[in-house]
Amino acid sequence: MLKKRKRGGVQEINAGSMADIAFLLLIFFLVTTTMDTDAGILRLLPPIVPNDEQTDIVNQRDVYIVLINDADQLLVEGGPMEITDLRKGAKEFMTNPDNSVDLPERRKVTAALCQQKIAENKGFKASSTDEQSKQSYQDAVNTWEDKLEAVRLIGDYSELPPNALISLQTGSKTSYDMYVRVQNELEAGIAELRAELCKEKFDRIFTELDDKNDDDKPLIKAVRLVYPQRISEAEPVEITKK
Amino acid sequence: MSRFKDKSGKGTPPISTASLPDIIFMLLFFFMVTTVMRETDLLVKITLPEATQVTKLEDKALVDYIYIGPPSDKALGTEPLMQLNDQFAKLAEIDPWVKVNEERREEVLRPKITRSLKVDKDTYMKIVTDVKQELRKSNALKINYSASQGR
Repeated sequence: MLKKRKRGGVQEINAGSMADIAFLLLIFFLVTTTMDTDAGILRLLPPIVPNDEQTDIVNQRDVYIVLINDADQLLVEGGPMEITDLRKGAKEFMTNPDNSVDLPERRKVTAALCQQKIAENKGFKASSTDEQSKQSYQDAVNTWEDKLEAVRLIGDYSELPPNALISLQTGSKTSYDMYVRVQNELEAGIAELRAELCKEKFDRIFTELDDKNDDDKPLIKAVRLVYPQRISEAEPVEITKK
Repeated sequence: MSRFKDKSGKGTPPISTASLPDIIFMLLFFFMVTTVMRETDLLVKITLPEATQVTKLEDKALVDYIYIGPPSDKALGTEPLMQLNDQFAKLAEIDPWVKVNEERREEVLRPKITRSLKVDKDTYMKIVTDVKQELRKSNALKINYSASQGR
């Protein structure tokens, strides 16, 4: 026996069951893991403001009010609307193509205006004493510098008033499905505007711009400045039947 | 003659299975890399609504899930319930839940946490609005309405 072993060397371990072991592990991972990545509509909720600070009075024409009632019907700017028209409505609100007085007034942004505002705010900042107002003037300088950059990239453009927004309100029995569809339509309207602008000015497809790429980043920023996404998660208000 | 003998003795050689474990291991590693561990068992039934303008959530480690839908267990009725982690929760439990989840992340990453609302499409907005109000109170403002890519 001893002799035999010496001659054959150490006996080889049978690797036939290796496949079975690997299979077992594989099945374990298949069962315990998920592959689907979560996707959805990203939103930023407004922070809670104490009651006594809620002072900003918004001009009627600057708000696009979308109401969804308990029966999933839409009331947009005081009139009923089909969900299929909502995208068009949102686009009209954002662009105000006919300079209607019911829609927000878009103001021209030019390089000269930006430079003037930057100089102005820098001056204010230098002359102000307390930290808080210094900070707010600095913020103003930064915004105008962003706008200047946007003008450099796409030329003079018109901007939405800073407090213009799309306000979305629902009843308590509105279905979530309808809510997401409305959110989706509003988002789609803005996405279409952005895509058009991006195609026209840069001859690029907006969704293909890469925000990790340093060349594309300013382009994305500029397009977003012209058509900001301002869909407000309004305070819950009871919508009652009249 | 000798040729004839040869054939009948050996037959076709069997296919070697020695590389089978390697193939399986390759599959295994593929799955280990591309997937994430399932964290919770769903106690509610959720059919996500469809949307076309969906964005993918980039970093799974920075997403917390809130599930809302009718309970899978019929004995609990059909009213939508909210599930946090592994159990049903009441609205008041959102705030502590937010705090706990913030504490286990690095401080710099905390503002980047997204709360993903996985809500059944037939749910009424009431509970969703309430949850949103609670999130605002706990200053968890970045949310995601989970939806599946439609059309």
